[in-house]
Amino acid sequence: MSDILLESTTTGERLKLAATGAWIAKNARQLEQQVDHETGRHGKLSRVDIDMAKVERLDTFGAWLLERLVRSFSARGCDTKVVGLNEDYRALMDELHRVKMDTAPSHGAAQALIYALVSIGENVAAVGHSFSAFVNMLGALSVTFLRVASRPRSFRFTSLVHQLDNVAWRAVPIILLITFLIGCIIAQQGLFHFRKFGADVYVVDMVGILVLRELGVLIVCIMVAGRSGSAYTAELGSMKMREEIDALRTMGFDPIEVLVLPRIVALIIGVPILTFLGSMAALYGGGLVCWLYGGIDPDIFLSRLKEAISLSTFEVGMIKAPFMALIVGVVACVEGLAVKGSAESLGLQTTASVVESIFLVIVLDGLFAIFFASIGM
Amino acid sequence: MAKASQEAVIEVREVLVGFGDHVVLDHIDLDVYRGEILGFVGGSGAGKSVLMRTIIGLLPKHGGHIKVFGVDMEAASDAERQAVERRWGVLFQQGALFSSLTVLENLQFPVREYLNLSQRLLDELAVAKLEMVGLDASVCEKFPSELSGGMTKRVALARALALDPEIVFLDEPTSGLDPIGAGEFDTLIATLQRTLGLTVFMVTHDLDSLHTVCDRIAVLADGKVIATGPMEAMLASKHPWLQAYFHGKRARMGREAEAKSRS
Repeated sequence: MSDILLESTTTGERLKLAATGAWIAKNARQLEQQVDHETGRHGKLSRVDIDMAKVERLDTFGAWLLERLVRSFSARGCDTKVVGLNEDYRALMDELHRVKMDTAPSHGAAQALIYALVSIGENVAAVGHSFSAFVNMLGALSVTFLRVASRPRSFRFTSLVHQLDNVAWRAVPIILLITFLIGCIIAQQGLFHFRKFGADVYVVDMVGILVLRELGVLIVCIMVAGRSGSAYTAELGSMKMREEIDALRTMGFDPIEVLVLPRIVALIIGVPILTFLGSMAALYGGGLVCWLYGGIDPDIFLSRLKEAISLSTFEVGMIKAPFMALIVGVVACVEGLAVKGSAESLGLQTTASVVESIFLVIVLDGLFAIFFASIGM
Repeated sequence: MAKASQEAVIEVREVLVGFGDHVVLDHIDLDVYRGEILGFVGGSGAGKSVLMRTIIGLLPKHGGHIKVFGVDMEAASDAERQAVERRWGVLFQQGALFSSLTVLENLQFPVREYLNLSQRLLDELAVAKLEMVGLDASVCEKFPSELSGGMTKRVALARALALDPEIVFLDEPTSGLDPIGAGEFDTLIATLQRTLGLTVFMVTHDLDSLHTVCDRIAVLADGKVIATGPMEAMLASKHPWLQAYFHGKRARMGREAEAKSRS
């Protein structure tokens, strides 16, 4: 459509604008161009008459453009008059005439460099904030733990059992399946490459040590962070959004004691159990592949395994499990309680929870590796 | 108040809505005329919001017809339905502002989707709409979670008006507002109705709103519209539910206070 909605005739310093057609939302784009064309004209003008008599319909969009026309001519010192406006639209024009635009939103193009520096600064500060929030939560958790330990009756066992059911019992099938597959894959890859050196049987050493020391606990923790950590963040976050946590506080309950402690204790109990089950499933998978694909009989696998690993190999994996569970739980709860009002913030914090806890679990695993190496385990 | 011409913009005929075995709306008939403010009242849980949500197509109906601007919403093609949807605005009870967008973006969202306008015009119109609902440009960059209850309602109303609709549906617009805020909101609705020539379908419990702004009142009880008419007719009615509603203690106290302040 290219209807002319605004026609102009100039006589000396006098401009006459005749408006026609429908000044409504549908035509607003075209109308704006014509309005801007008129207001952008050069030359001296002392008087502007806008004849609205032929306008069929007018809505807020059209009315605002008319108002813009009037304002920009008035601002240039022209004597501006609107004539022939249908009485029905008088109230709307009066309403828009009162609109103050002085604090109109500025979409000022912030310089890219400053923007980049600002976002680097904000990110560094955010890392600092999340670290202090983490330490804060650890502190609050310790205080609460000591308080609850002094009166064990106040501990919420029902909640603990419920959380254990969610994070440990219901996670068993998926953990078993995934660790079993990982065990199979490691054994298959090992056999494939070790065979070239005729060192097939050392695959058993590799599977045993790798699974018990590192992979069992890591895979389980990554699964738990994705499965339960994200759930914790989302649960606590939506409770925060709906002011449920504030409600708890006003009733005299400590949210850390009621919500956070049972969840974290459930993880600390659940993750070692899952690690144990997962390690066994991985060894089973490894053994199965060794037998079916590598031709290593199960009894040879077992006797080789006995020689390759010691109790300390198993202990190293199991000792790490509760610490990693603590990290996953604390990060999840910190992020959950950091959720603000919006749905977007819930999504952001849940993502942050999973990413941070997996990252920290791997960092912690590295620290443990150094620690165990130096004490000779 | 603008006189209501007798052209029905919403026609509800024999509408049947239920959840499972529970019938909420039992063959309801209702007309809303162009340019009027219709107050829709009924007990809590009587199905007022259900009817509103059925008309705007959020709930399925089991029987009957609903025509908006003469278009049968069920028989209409997607394009026809969308064209009708552009001509109404809805104010939800909790505002339903998009929490991840700023106030300005919330107001511009429907306009940006439907019309291809310059950013400058979008900004100016959003500010103009905000000022029409009694706010100003200072709230533009705020997020919905940073607004008070009254401001949320106003911004939500501004968003409902963003596309210059002909009908506005208001779901309990004054609930959760203090009496002053509620009164201002009523005046605002009346003013906007007058300036923009709106048809307003207002679900409400607020007796003051019914007194001050509504041209006509429809009463829902036991799954039926038991009465429609102006306030005087409601007050004169002998129906026990209407008696209890309009002559109850709270209603009487409100009227007495009004009478006292006049004398």
